[in-house]
Amino acid sequence: MAEMKPEINNYMELKFASRSENESFARVAVAAFVSQLDPTMEQLTEIKTVVSEAVTNAIIHGYENGEGLVLVTCRLQEGTMELTIEDQGRGIEDIEEARQPLFTSKPELERSGMGFTIMENFMDEIEVSTAPGTGTRVRVVKYLKNPSVARH
Amino acid sequence: MSLQIETATTGETLIVRLSGELDHHTAEQVRTQVEAELDRGYVHLVVNMESLSFMDSSGLGVMLGRYKRVTAAGGRMSLCAVNEQLMKLFELSGMMKILRIYPTEGQALAETGVA
Repeated sequence: MAEMKPEINNYMELKFASRSENESFARVAVAAFVSQLDPTMEQLTEIKTVVSEAVTNAIIHGYENGEGLVLVTCRLQEGTMELTIEDQGRGIEDIEEARQPLFTSKPELERSGMGFTIMENFMDEIEVSTAPGTGTRVRVVKYLKNPSVARH
Repeated sequence: MSLQIETATTGETLIVRLSGELDHHTAEQVRTQVEAELDRGYVHLVVNMESLSFMDSSGLGVMLGRYKRVTAAGGRMSLCAVNEQLMKLFELSGMMKILRIYPTEGQALAETGVA
C-alpha cells in the first residue's frame, strides 16, 4: 500500500451519439481509464454512477432523446480525477431548481429527480454551466488518493 | 442484453429477480415487464437485487413507480439482497423510509405476503 508509484498525469476525451445504449459505454470507458489511479471499488462505482447520471441527463433533458453529441473528458492528475460531461442541447433554465433533490422536469418518465443529488454526494466538487439553447456542462472533481483532502 | 429479468410467483406475490445493469437504457424493459406481470393480478411485489451489478437514479425512478402502483392497489412492495452501494442510493433518495428492505428473498417473502 505504501509502495511509491510514478505520478500519473493523463487525459482522454470521448464523444458519442446521444443514445441510451451509450450510457453504459461511457461509464465503463471512464471507469477503465480511471483504473490506472488504483481507485477502490467503492470509488469506481461512485464514478460510474455519476457518469451515468450526467450522460443520462444530457440524453433525456439536453437533447430530449433526439440527435446530438455528448462529450465526456477525464483528466487524472496528482491523485485527482476531473470529469466533464457536456451537451449542446436545450440547457437548463433554472439550475437551482434542477439541483433540488427529487425535482424532475419529467415526472411522466418516472425520473427520480436524484441525478444532481447523487453527483453532489459522490463527488468532492461539482460545477454546472448551462444556458437555455446553448447546452449544459457538468464538471466534477473527485480526490482519489488523499483522504485528508477528500474529507471536506 | 445488459439486464436480465427473471420472474417467479407465489400466491399473490410477484418476485422479480434482476441481474446486470439497471440504468435509463434498461429501465423501460423493467417497467414494461413488471407492469405486465402485475396486470395479471398479483398484489405484492418483491424485487431481488442480488445480481444487480449497477444501478443509478433511473433505477430509483422505476422502483418508485412500481411502489406507487403496488401500494395504491393495497399491496406491499419490498426489496431484498441490496448491496451497500445501492443502499446509498436508496438512502439519498429517502426511499429507505418507505421501502422495506430485507437481507434475503426468503425473509422478504415471509414479511411481504403475509399481514
